[in-house]
Amino acid sequence: MTVPVSYYLILSAIVFLTGVVGVLIRRNIIAILLSVELMLNATNINFVAFSDHLQDLGGQVFVFFALTVAAAEVAVGLAIIIALHRSGSTINIEEFNLLKW
Amino acid sequence: MAHVFFGYFAGMIAITSILVVALRNPVYSVLSLLVMFFHVAGLYVTLHAEFLAAVQVIVYAGAILVLYLFVVMLLNVKREDRYHSQWRIAAFVCIPLSIEFLVLLSGNMRAANRQPASLPVEPHVSDNTLAIGQTLFSTYLFPFEVASLILLVAMIGAIVLAKRDIGENEAKDMTRAPGAQ
Repeated sequence: MTVPVSYYLILSAIVFLTGVVGVLIRRNIIAILLSVELMLNATNINFVAFSDHLQDLGGQVFVFFALTVAAAEVAVGLAIIIALHRSGSTINIEEFNLLKW
Repeated sequence: MAHVFFGYFAGMIAITSILVVALRNPVYSVLSLLVMFFHVAGLYVTLHAEFLAAVQVIVYAGAILVLYLFVVMLLNVKREDRYHSQWRIAAFVCIPLSIEFLVLLSGNMRAANRQPASLPVEPHVSDNTLAIGQTLFSTYLFPFEVASLILLVAMIGAIVLAKRDIGENEAKDMTRAPGAQ
């Protein structure tokens, strides 16, 4: 009576695709970072589902490492957003073309 | 019963993750992401990862989202009027991905469902936290230390990036400010 692992794969793919679409269509940098969080959570769901499916704790341990990277990404990303807002007083990504040539 | 729980959690996760992308106001996006994190934690509980569910609620919902809300309210972000004009690129990326995913899944559905019977199923470990701790500090000890290094680098980087540059004028202002008041 257990849920097959392919259902978790479908759920994870839906969340991941939503995150990809969010990165591509949003203009707000904070919304883009939120979409990256969505993608990280989709991979975490996959890790835990396979950890339960294969009876191996390595998947859950890797979720910890993904969570560490997510925390680091949020700290550095929000610091960059604050620095951008201080220099340009906007966080719309179309206003920033400093690295474009 | 497991299917009912999975259906509830999966439906709520899918709906709230779409709301995160679709809602124009960043505060509402962050709040729907909060709801999504709680439901992901519930999904972890149904997958016998209780410690990870607690960590999900504490770290993601408690720390990361508070940081997001803090920055959203600090920067006073207004709601955006329209989406980015890249939606054609988004469609070009996502439609082939979803089609590929459906093809792979329809081909492998039977194999994936047949697999658990052939696997040696161990008796389930009753203490999830104990088992994770033993795995983390024996097999994954070196990655654990590297993760602490990542956190250190992120902390130093965030401080360096977000602190105000103290140039010549501002340094003079800061030294003069207490005397002026």
